[in-house]
Amino acid sequence: MAVKGLDIFKLTPKTNCKECGFPTCMAFSMKAATGGVPIEKCPYISEESKELLSEATAPPMKSIKVGAGDAQATLGGETVLFRHEKTLVNKNLFAIELSDAMSDADVDAACAKLQKVNYERIGEMMFVEVVAVRFASDAAKFAALVKKVAECGKIPMIVTVDAEVAKAAVAGAGAGAIIMGATKDNAAAMVEVAKAADAVLGVSADSIEALHDLVEEIEKLGYKNLVLNVGETSVKEAYANAVDIRTAAIKGNDRSFGYPSVVFVNKLAAGNTNLQIALASAFVLRYGSIIVMEEMDFNAALPLFGLRQNIFTDPQKPMRVEPKVYEFNKPTGKDPVLVTVDFALSYFVVAGEIERSKVPAYLAIPDAGGYSVLTAWAAGKFGSTVIANFIKEADVASLTTSRKLILPGKVAVLQGDLAELLPEWEVIVGPNEAMQLPKFLRDMQA
Amino acid sequence: MPYKKAEQKFSGKINVCEIGVGDAAISIGGENSLPFLGTEGFKTAVGIAISDVTDEWSDCFTTLYGDDLKNPAAFAKAAVEKSGADFLLIKLESADPNGADNSVENCVATAVAVEAAINVPLVVEGCKNAEKDAKLLEKVAQALEGKNVVLFSAVEDNYKTIGAAGGMAYGQKVSAESAVDINLAKQLNILLTQLGVKSKDIIMDVGTAAAGYGFEYVASTMDRIRLAALGQNDEALQMPIITNISNEAWGVKEAVSTIEDAPEWGDQEARGIGMEVTTASACVVGGSNAIIVRHPESAKAIKALVAGIIG
Repeated sequence: MAVKGLDIFKLTPKTNCKECGFPTCMAFSMKAATGGVPIEKCPYISEESKELLSEATAPPMKSIKVGAGDAQATLGGETVLFRHEKTLVNKNLFAIELSDAMSDADVDAACAKLQKVNYERIGEMMFVEVVAVRFASDAAKFAALVKKVAECGKIPMIVTVDAEVAKAAVAGAGAGAIIMGATKDNAAAMVEVAKAADAVLGVSADSIEALHDLVEEIEKLGYKNLVLNVGETSVKEAYANAVDIRTAAIKGNDRSFGYPSVVFVNKLAAGNTNLQIALASAFVLRYGSIIVMEEMDFNAALPLFGLRQNIFTDPQKPMRVEPKVYEFNKPTGKDPVLVTVDFALSYFVVAGEIERSKVPAYLAIPDAGGYSVLTAWAAGKFGSTVIANFIKEADVASLTTSRKLILPGKVAVLQGDLAELLPEWEVIVGPNEAMQLPKFLRDMQA
Repeated sequence: MPYKKAEQKFSGKINVCEIGVGDAAISIGGENSLPFLGTEGFKTAVGIAISDVTDEWSDCFTTLYGDDLKNPAAFAKAAVEKSGADFLLIKLESADPNGADNSVENCVATAVAVEAAINVPLVVEGCKNAEKDAKLLEKVAQALEGKNVVLFSAVEDNYKTIGAAGGMAYGQKVSAESAVDINLAKQLNILLTQLGVKSKDIIMDVGTAAAGYGFEYVASTMDRIRLAALGQNDEALQMPIITNISNEAWGVKEAVSTIEDAPEWGDQEARGIGMEVTTASACVVGGSNAIIVRHPESAKAIKALVAGIIG
């Protein structure tokens, strides 16, 4: 039940003591009502009221920690359905699936592929975070495989409905492993296993109603460290469930559905890589928390990790690239220099077009506050002094013997000033739109 | 407490827009809910893109289409057959004054030949030069009168010509292009309707980006447009959305780099399809009523996705 700021205000001492860090009791109450500050921050609200309120003001969706050490990640904790309403806070994780039914050689090949897809994209490392291990028949081999996964620095997801098998495997899985998991037939036993190992328990059921009942049952058993399986049999059901579960949590204030989700895309589209990519993409946008694929090679990783990086950026903070000189098409120390801003979108558009042109070139990116070209210029962050200082400080003149410096067409007005500040450079006004760059660069090269 | 579905009730509804004629006609839009969540309407149509200039297309398309690449009519027929797409887009790129600067007459002839060669609805894309597209799409509209094609797209600088010719004089559908901005999208729709184009004859091209390349703006723009159209019953945003992701998806380095450029990345064709499928799927769940891709395998994957979610 949503609590209004005024309801909380009534329980405060109304003395504006500021001990909570807010200037007035009213300010504190309003913030607490949105879940922005825990109610316990006020030392004067009675224990009874606190308990009542902390339940009511808890965020609609729990934050669940998976994995341990460097591999630890947080899932869920979302407060909105759409990123433009505020922001999405915890990115989804990607997983691949192995099994004890696979030969050692196949497992090794899969692991090698897994280690290969590991690269940096705009300051973030991109790799598969979770490895699901599905139990087939050999409990000892299964446990060894789970252990191997954990030792590789991946978060293991133990996929079995046999509590004894899970118990044996989780022993070698390290902290924060996921057990997938509980069904209506084994709930009590699985809760015991998960509790003892402090593992995250996955919950599966045949329908969304049954899933809800089962979650309530498990919560009654005292375990709330859960993730929910949206279903593995039909795409229609999995998609509807993922959306309905999240909507119930955020809009319906249904705490029993306030948990992250798991989507076995590998089961929904077995053997069809392109359909798995399509589904994974859909679930990045629509509420998949852990997305399991059959495998993750570069054809899937490059677009999916890129999409995820986009969707989970804070809309209030523009994505920026590191200010430095970037190289394109293998320049050889005699190629022209282009300039643009550090706003990631501008960088990508310009970078893409330079690559398309196949003309070797350097791209100088000064610190322009993360704004687009015209905005940065208007804010005084992308003026002639900023550009000139960067060209000097980064010692661009030593990188290339070319003295051609190409400005974005939209800031043609800077040409005169810049030519004065950088007398040894020929300052050229480039095209207005990045898409005209390939022709521009080729013509210049000719 | 048993599960109770948290219904999102909407008062608005997306317009239904029919494209093509006769047995080949398809209709898009009509949903009264966010994509795939309602009881009626939402089924994204999947289109396949061809162009009269394919010099920069990746080599896999040469393997796929062979000599048909140079013959738009044969190319169109092959593209529809290989992909099973619901409609086809022909880009008249040769018209570009900064490129081949092909004449309007030649380009119109290409569009007419392509229309005759296929049995699915047609979308005709200009060369993205506003001035040339105004002349070109006006003549295309005239030459294909009665075929109910989509003119792709009118922008702020040429909407009067394309709107008047396409939407009014020759009874075609007009796509209104804006650059990933809800206010610009709304403004152009209003300008077109004030001109006299019926809102049911307008489709929105709200812009796109490849996955990883600022796609968050696309996702949020689509979310906001659909929430405004459905939730606030904003009639100026209730047009179906058409999205051509093929140029963006095949233009980024993940798709452009050959295996020699980036050996560790593996097969170039698979990477291009992956980029295209990821971007297209994200648009589909965002609310694109018609989505356009370049590779037949991408079209098949998106059709399978849509069929799967509808069930």
